[in-house]
Amino acid sequence: MALTPVQNQTPAFTAAVAAGAGAFFGLFVGTAQGSGFLGLIIGAVLLGVLGFVFTSLTAQEKPIRWAVLAVFAVAGFFVGGFPALVIGALFGWFTGWFIFWLATSRYRATLAPYLTPGQVLWHYSFRVICGAIFVFLITPILVVMPLSFNAENFFTFTPEMLRFDPEGYSLKHYRDFFTNADWQQALWNSLSIAPMATLLSVGFGTLAAIGLSQPHVPFRRAIMAILISPMIVPLIISAAGMYFFYSRIGLQGTYFGVVLAHAALGIPFVIITVTATLVGFDRSLTRAAANMGAGPVTTFFRVQMPLILPGVISGGLFAFITSFDEVVVVLFVGSAGQKTLPWQMFTGLREQISPTILAVATILVVISICLLTTVEMLRRRSERLRGMSPS
Amino acid sequence: MKLRNLSALAATTALCAPMALAADMANEMTLVSWGGAYQQSQLKAYVEPYLEMNPDVTVVWDESSAEATAKLRAMSEAGNVTWDLVDVVASDAMRLCDEGLAMEIDPDEDLAAAPDGTSASDDFGDLLVSDCFVPQIVYSTTFGYRTDLVGDTAPSSVCDVFDLEAFPGKRALQKRPIDNMEWALFCDGVAKDEIYDVLGTDEGVARALAKLDTIKDSVVWWTAGAETPQLLADGEVVMGSTFNGRLFSAIAEQDQPIGMLWDMQSFDLDGWIVPEGLPEDRKARVMDFLKFATDTQRLADQAKYISYGPARASSAPLVGKHEELGIDMAPHMPTDPANATNVHIYDYEWWADNRDDMDAKFQAWLAQ
Repeated sequence: MALTPVQNQTPAFTAAVAAGAGAFFGLFVGTAQGSGFLGLIIGAVLLGVLGFVFTSLTAQEKPIRWAVLAVFAVAGFFVGGFPALVIGALFGWFTGWFIFWLATSRYRATLAPYLTPGQVLWHYSFRVICGAIFVFLITPILVVMPLSFNAENFFTFTPEMLRFDPEGYSLKHYRDFFTNADWQQALWNSLSIAPMATLLSVGFGTLAAIGLSQPHVPFRRAIMAILISPMIVPLIISAAGMYFFYSRIGLQGTYFGVVLAHAALGIPFVIITVTATLVGFDRSLTRAAANMGAGPVTTFFRVQMPLILPGVISGGLFAFITSFDEVVVVLFVGSAGQKTLPWQMFTGLREQISPTILAVATILVVISICLLTTVEMLRRRSERLRGMSPS
Repeated sequence: MKLRNLSALAATTALCAPMALAADMANEMTLVSWGGAYQQSQLKAYVEPYLEMNPDVTVVWDESSAEATAKLRAMSEAGNVTWDLVDVVASDAMRLCDEGLAMEIDPDEDLAAAPDGTSASDDFGDLLVSDCFVPQIVYSTTFGYRTDLVGDTAPSSVCDVFDLEAFPGKRALQKRPIDNMEWALFCDGVAKDEIYDVLGTDEGVARALAKLDTIKDSVVWWTAGAETPQLLADGEVVMGSTFNGRLFSAIAEQDQPIGMLWDMQSFDLDGWIVPEGLPEDRKARVMDFLKFATDTQRLADQAKYISYGPARASSAPLVGKHEELGIDMAPHMPTDPANATNVHIYDYEWWADNRDDMDAKFQAWLAQ
């Protein structure tokens, strides 16, 4: 359904825009191969020429796109074997689609007719920028995953891996994680510290947020600032301070010391999320509950808690992840007996670059995805049940 | 009355003494080491045998040797020393000893004599570089190169590192002045025994940095020992310096196409220190362990797991084969005569005096 009537573009326009896109991709490919400038030129020239030629051939779009795909795939195969074939085919598909998308002005079809060319350009540039940011955020995480199945003890894509040879892949780093006593101890420590720290953060944080949202509490802003400070003060400073303080009172190097330190780091997250949900909380509800004879505790658990639960849960989730990912404070406050997963990964990375770290990272990423998906599903379910369907 | 009291006291003392002795040793020890293959060799060679003899004892490892000096300072300031035995390189041991953070050790009193009766102080000999330091191993910082990336002629001299024409490509060097400055001067034509005299002058420092300047654009700087093997395995660098045990492990255990360049390898020592200020029971336990762990057989056993030379003269003839691979370990030792034809003896005292100054100059040069 076209909003704007379209007609074919001039070859010069298509060639210029395609060359721009070619230069953009060429810059990255070229940099990876050693010469960004050369890649930029080759990419621009290649796509520019293709764009110029294809603009006059819009009638034969389908066969030409298939041909481009095939040529790029074959070229890729000769350069770098099977994996390059896949990349070449993807690139060929994109090139063919992109040029005809430009040449036939399809890019204009879904936009409002009154937009100036500048606005159209910004509309798509904005999407490209967003996409690029997304790629930069996610690629380092994705690269780690195939590497964790490496059969060698190095962070390297071996030739066997690139050929998709089963010999190049192995589960040995996962086996190492599940059988190595050091890693298991670290996992166990993390799993026993994080929930306790979360529990404390959620308890104290929720109480503090509720108290601080009462209008009659004096010095609310100052108290709030102090409670939030662990988030603002550089972690290394809190850690050093905690080290000396906990050493004096005998908490340094103990399980409770680490739990307390992590709880202190988690409380600000809970306070912030719960305070945010309390803003939308109608105080007349608590008065109504009191009016019907409910004590403050009953009111809290039966009226207020269910309504602010989303904030409490997401605050708790942040507190859990903070404790689970934290390495600086535990290095100071913990002793070797409280070695958590991030600590073990930190020393592992420094002393012995072993892909076991990548296997652990992959497992943690998968767990995080599952956790966040579950929370999101639960949230949607509760909204559906309450008749507030987001769709 | 008085007499009876005294005799009662004597009786109780006599009764309690043996019990007190047994109870005087703490049953938990925190050992600090470097992690990785090196810590594994310590575990196999003497921690596991010691635990077998003393089943009540538990050992906790802390892989913090890299920041041992800073952490020990913080612990002593906080009055809470949680470590019992710390593995450090010789220069760190000297610093800790000077600052009073490490306990002085009398080799003949606290350490085991050699099986033939040679006293410990004679057996360790010159390697006892500090009053607080019990050396375990001699290791070297030396170069490895990718056999498939260096062309037809393999590098044979440390000066090939500075030869970008014959061996183009990146090199990995440690991000510190020690060794790099000496190698640079040596390859600039300074005789080996004059290196530290030249380096002591401003012109000498400028000369060393100028030599390093010729390859600066091709250098990847590393800080952790595991980085160079990784870079070599990736083919990111064609040659790089690291600890010889790391290279041995990449070559013999991981089958990487890497060759050893032993020319001008820089010898260094690694060993134990006991932190100052331990409670009596923990100190008794750790001294008991230390005596066992540094005896002749134990140090020789360690060489079965990693290619570092034992620090005792009497251990050398006992070095056998690799525990898993079954290859002779002696030819892989930095101290083997075939490898030690041209050795650089790194001058601890010179570096102790000049370290801060050199670090500043080196960092300034790096930042240029």
